[in-house]
This record gives sequence, C-alpha cells and structure tokens, in this order.
Amino acid sequence: MSVLVYIESDQGNFKKAALEAASYGKAVADAMGTTLTALTFKANDVSKLGDYGVDKVLNIDSVNDFNAKIYADALKKAAEKESATVVILSASADSKYIAPILAVGLNAGYVPNVVATPSNLNPFTVKRTAFTNKAFCNTEISTPIKIVGVSNNSFGLVEKNAAAQIEAFTPDLTTSSTSVTSIDKANDKVTIADAEVVVSAGRGLKGPENWAMIEELADILGAATACSKPVSDLGWRPHSEHVGQTGKPVATNLYIAIGISGAIQHLAGINASKVKVVINTDPDAPFFKAADYGIVGDAFEVVPKLIEKLKVFKAQNA
Amino acid sequence: MKILVCISHVPDTTSKINFTEGDSKFDSNGVQFVINPNDEFGLTRAMWFKEKQNATIDVVSVGGPETEPTLRKALAIGADAAIRVNASTPDGYSVATHLTEVARRGNYDLIIAGRESIDYNGGMVPGMLAAMLDANFVTNCISLEIEGTTATAIREIDGGKETLSTVLPLVIGGQKGLVEESDLRIPNMRGIMMARKKPLTVVEPESNNSATNSVSFEKPEPRGAVKLVEADNIDELINLLHNEAKVI
Repeated sequence: MSVLVYIESDQGNFKKAALEAASYGKAVADAMGTTLTALTFKANDVSKLGDYGVDKVLNIDSVNDFNAKIYADALKKAAEKESATVVILSASADSKYIAPILAVGLNAGYVPNVVATPSNLNPFTVKRTAFTNKAFCNTEISTPIKIVGVSNNSFGLVEKNAAAQIEAFTPDLTTSSTSVTSIDKANDKVTIADAEVVVSAGRGLKGPENWAMIEELADILGAATACSKPVSDLGWRPHSEHVGQTGKPVATNLYIAIGISGAIQHLAGINASKVKVVINTDPDAPFFKAADYGIVGDAFEVVPKLIEKLKVFKAQNA
Repeated sequence: MKILVCISHVPDTTSKINFTEGDSKFDSNGVQFVINPNDEFGLTRAMWFKEKQNATIDVVSVGGPETEPTLRKALAIGADAAIRVNASTPDGYSVATHLTEVARRGNYDLIIAGRESIDYNGGMVPGMLAAMLDANFVTNCISLEIEGTTATAIREIDGGKETLSTVLPLVIGGQKGLVEESDLRIPNMRGIMMARKKPLTVVEPESNNSATNSVSFEKPEPRGAVKLVEADNIDELINLLHNEAKVI
C-alpha cells in the first residue's frame, strides 16, 4: 500500500500545482499510515520533493515530449510497482488529459476537482466542486485503487524538512501514434492555471487597445490576465483567457474583476477563488453581490491609480 | 467518414442549482436542459465535416427519455441519426462504458465529445472512452482538421497551445475554438420538421459498471456583504488586501 503522486514539471522545473498535489498526497498518506511516492519525468533537482512530503521519487529520464497515453502508462506501471492504492494528480491541463486514461488502465475510480482531503477513508470519500463551482459534491470511490485530481490552490503547499529517496525508473512503456508537432507558449507569462492572482477585465474596458493597463496591473501583482466571455467572443482577447462556465474555472487567492458585470456563468467560474475584488461603474452590477471588496468607479480612473499605489506598496514591501 | 458526437443533456448555464431528497439528488424542477455547450461546439464542427467532406453524423446520449428533446435538437441542427442508451448513470466511468458499447457497434472513424460537461465537470468521459476503445485521443481540442486517415488537432495547454498529429480512429474532447460561438446553429423550421423523421434508436445498456457515487451535495457558504471602498481611497483597498485578506 502506498500513495503515488504525479509531479509535473515544465522544462525540468516543478509546477506549483504539482507541489500542492504532493502536499495533499502526504496528508492522505499520513492518514492511511503509509508513504508517498512521486513519479517525475526528466525533472531537475528531484531531491527537493522531500520538502513537500515525498518519501520516494521515481524519475523517468527516457521519455521525450509529453504524451498523455505514454505518461498514463508510466503512472500505471509506477502504481503497480509501488502497490499504490491512491494516485494523486493536479488540475493542470496535462493531468486532466492523463487521469481518465490512467483510470481505465488501473480500473480505478477517478474524482477530479477535489478541494479537501478525504473525509473518510472507508468508504473513500472526497469533496469535489460540481456545476462549475455552484455546488460541492461528496463522492465515494468504490474501486480498490482511487485516483484524485486536486483542485488548484485548495490545499496549499505544506513544507516538510525531509529527504526523499531517489530511484531511476525504466519501465517498458507503450507507444502512441499521436505526436506533438509544435508548441506555442509564452514562457514569460503567468498562466491562469498556475496563478495565485488573476486580473480579469470585461466589456467595460471598451476595446482591446485598452488592455495595456490590465497587463501592467497583472505584471505588478505577478498575476495572470483573464477576461469575460463577451470579450473573448468579440475577439478582443484569446479564448484561452475566457473565464466562466464554458471557459476556464479560476481558483486563485485573489481575483480582480474590472469592468465585468458578473453574469451567473462568469461568477460560477470564479466562485472557488478566495478573495474577489470588483471595480465597476455600475453599483447595481451583480458582481458586487459576489465580491469581498468593491470600488464603484470608472476603470480608466481607478486602475491607473491602483497601479501607482501598488508600485509604491510593492517597493516598500519587497 | 463516420462521426459519432456524444451529447450530454445538462442544465442551461443560467440555471440556479438546487438539490432534493436530503441534498442527495439534483433538483431538475424548473430547470431548462440544453446540449452541453462543449458538445455543441463539437457537433457544429462535425456539421462542417458533413458538408465539406461528406461525413455522416450519429449523435448519442446516455440517459432516460427526458434526454430525447436534446437529441432531437441535435438532429434538427443536422445530425443524421440519434441513439439513446437507456441507462441512468452514477458516474463518468459508467457513461464511458455505455458509449464504448455504442462506438464498437458503429465502427466510427471520429468520435467527438465535449471536453467536460458543465454539470459534473468531470472531463473524464472522452479520455475513458478513448482508452476503452484503444483509439487516439486529444482533449481541450480547439482546432481539428482531417485529411484521409490523418488528423491535425490543436490542444489548449496551460499557458498556450500545442499542435498534434494523429490518426483515425480518434476521440476528441472538444471546446470553444473548435468552432466559434458565432458558428453555432439555431435549428430552423425545416430542420425541426426533418428531425422528426430521422431515426432515434433506443438501446439498452449491456453492462452496469460504475466506479464512483455522488453521496451528497452542498452549496457554498453564503458570503458576507461586499466592503465598498471609495474610488479615491485606493490606499484603503491596498490596506484591506494586505492586512485583512492577506492576499498581497
């Protein structure tokens, strides 16, 4: 018996969501009275995983690009080798790509979007979001092996001071007739998936040419930028920034909404974020009912002032 | 090319969500159901393959008779035939199992499902279906081109996108981008009339497998009233975010 966690890395560096999955995995392993094994692919500095509760690391160096089928097969083989009864993944795009394939491979029940450690180990019960954050669902997993996808920023990082045992892992892996031909990715930008702060703007900004101040505000806060559905439908911003029920869900520590009225689908998408700030000229905008802090005011006046004040604040608190 | 589009019958995005029977069941009372938006993007892309590449389109849904109006709508949009698997399913695993039964019988080249349904947001059915069929699989798919038996798909990744080359048979988890919002079709009267004459076959499930079970539902805690800060008092907002909320 053990707990296995998939540790995703980007160019060798661990993703924050993966370290959070490790922290979560350690809590589950402790509750079960067992150990936590991590599977990594071509990661740098795997010994650092001990800091997040990993007891043992299996590192695969022999794979090339990410491939969901091959990675799922590697996780399956790692789970078998470690006799894992619980497998933890994050809510990243790659994790969500792998998990269903792995579930079929291990005949395991899979519950994604989980926001807390199991409320019960037998039957194994976890709380997940449902209806795009309009509700939570307590879900039992009835299979011998359980797969849990942990929602971003729901458990947090728990640092331990321990060393992980490292082992090279060289399983015979399946092949795939799907291959990546190109990747288009901005490496200098914070992604919505990894962000702790998201700055989001809507039609109140009047046009795509006015996004410079949104990007500047995001820059100061180390935040990702996002937008409302109308803004992405109008082509002002890419679809990948669209937040809401048919776009991306956002579970950040701080969500700042500028010129977004707050349609029910948008509010559902950001409901899992911890602190919400709204800036809108219309005091009756539905967003004010969903926010923690609000400013009734014109974005074109408030945002530049906020940028100036935050620069001073950041300089003082650096 | 034979295409199967998997359709989930879900509450409209504007629905207020409530539960019944001691918070153990979704309360469908007064809720309007629609084609899952991610599936509708896929169906619309399938229509493009039908019109430009002579594909045929079957649509399938797993559920009770209440899902039939949603399947009829898919037929009115332009699908050729519909299949309903008459099963009530506790989880995505059981939905994937039933879809696999249908997919095996139909021998499809391309199966398009939505990246996730907007009710349970599991995002697992397309991947499980692909794994059960041992077909190729691309999820979060925002572009799909097919040339003979080769497919080029673009997948949204965290912070960008990647282009994949693969071969049929292929399962797609589709989303907006596969077609644009403005490409979606509202069935016209002729489509609705024709849909009545198109076949809608009801099949019984062959097995009864599930892996998880929704035990109870909760709604998020109601939040306190918003704290308003004057537009000329930005310092106060920064103070609240730093000292009270502790997020900056």
